[in-house]
Amino acid sequence: MSDAWWWTYLVIIIAGWLATDLWRWLGVIVGNRLDDDSEALQWVRAVATALVMAVTSKLVFFPTGTLAESPLWLRLAALGIGFLVFLLTGQRVIVCVGVSIALLIAGLMVL
Amino acid sequence: MLFSPSDVRSSLSWFLSGMRGILSLPALILMTSFVGFSAFALESGIGRGEAVFMTLVVWALPAKMILIGTMAGGAPLAASFLAVTLSSIRMMPMVASIMPDMKNDKSPTWLLLFLSHFVAITSWVFAIQHLNDVPRDKRIAYFGGFAITLTLINAVIVGVCYGIVAQFPPIVAGALFMLTPIYFFASIWASARHDVVKLAFVVGVVMGPAMAMIEPEFDILYAGLGGGTLAYLFDRYVLRPRRRAKASPSVMEDMP
Repeated sequence: MSDAWWWTYLVIIIAGWLATDLWRWLGVIVGNRLDDDSEALQWVRAVATALVMAVTSKLVFFPTGTLAESPLWLRLAALGIGFLVFLLTGQRVIVCVGVSIALLIAGLMVL
Repeated sequence: MLFSPSDVRSSLSWFLSGMRGILSLPALILMTSFVGFSAFALESGIGRGEAVFMTLVVWALPAKMILIGTMAGGAPLAASFLAVTLSSIRMMPMVASIMPDMKNDKSPTWLLLFLSHFVAITSWVFAIQHLNDVPRDKRIAYFGGFAITLTLINAVIVGVCYGIVAQFPPIVAGALFMLTPIYFFASIWASARHDVVKLAFVVGVVMGPAMAMIEPEFDILYAGLGGGTLAYLFDRYVLRPRRRAKASPSVMEDMP
C-alpha cells in the first residue's frame, strides 16, 4: 500500500497540510473575537512572540547541516555583536544581518 | 455589483503593492532559505513534485523540515501528524494576533480562513510591520498580494532549484542557514510596538534553548506558552504599575 505513488502525497496532505492549517484556522476563529488592544490580545501577542523566538533561538543554538560543526561561541558572538550594533545604530535590520553574517563568514574562514 | 469600479481598482492596486513586497529583504532572505530547502529535500529522498506540493500545502518551513524528517525516518502516519501538529501550534497565536489588524467589519470569514494558510513567520512579520500603514478595508488585499505571491514564488524556486544545488560549499551553506534566524532577531525586535512583546522576545530567546535541553519533546510549547504568559503577567503586574507610578507625578504637576 505504502509503495503507491500517491501514498506520499496522502501523507503530506494529512500529516502536513491538515496538521498545520488546523491551527491557522483556529487562529482565525480565536482572532476574530479579539478586540484591538484588549488584555487577551496582549497575552496572545506575548505567546506568539515567545513561540517564534524560541524556534528562532533554537536554530542558532542547535543548527543542522554544516553549521552543526561550528563552535557555539562563534554563532553567538556573530549574532550578539550584530544585534548590539543594530541596537546602537537606530535599529536598521540590514545592519544586523550584514554585521552578523560578515563576522560568521570571517570566523568560519579563520577556524 | 458588490464593488464600484474605483473600489475594484484600488483593491487591485493594493494587492499589487503587496506583491512588490516580495522584492524586500525578508522575502529575498526567505527565498535563499527555500533554495536550501530544495537541497535538503533532495538529500532526504523526497521527489521534486512532492517537495513543490509540500511547499504549497504546508508552507511553514520548520513544519516541512519536521515532516520530511519523520517521513525519511519511516515513521507511521500518526507519528508524523503528531510531530508536525505539535510544532505548528504556534500558528494559532500567530494568526490570532494579526487578525484584529487585518480584518474589518465586512471581511468574510472564508476569505480570512483562506488567507491564514499563507501565514508563516515571514508573512507574520510583514503583517506586523506594514498593515497599520494601509487603509483598513484594503489590508486583506495588501496582505494577500504579498503572502500568496511569496508562497507561489517559493514553490517555483523549489521546483527549479531541486537537483541544481545539491551541495553548497560549507561556508556558503552555513551563512545561508544563519540568515533566517538573524533576520528574525532584528526584524521582530524592530517591529515590536509594545513592551510586552520585547519582554516575550527575550524570554523566548532564553527559554527556547534552555527548554530544549530540559524537556526536548515539548520545549517550544513550554517556552512559548509558559514564557509568553510569564512575560504578559510581568508586564501587567510589575512594569505597567511602575510606568503609571512614574507618570502620575507629572500629571499632578499639570494640574492647576
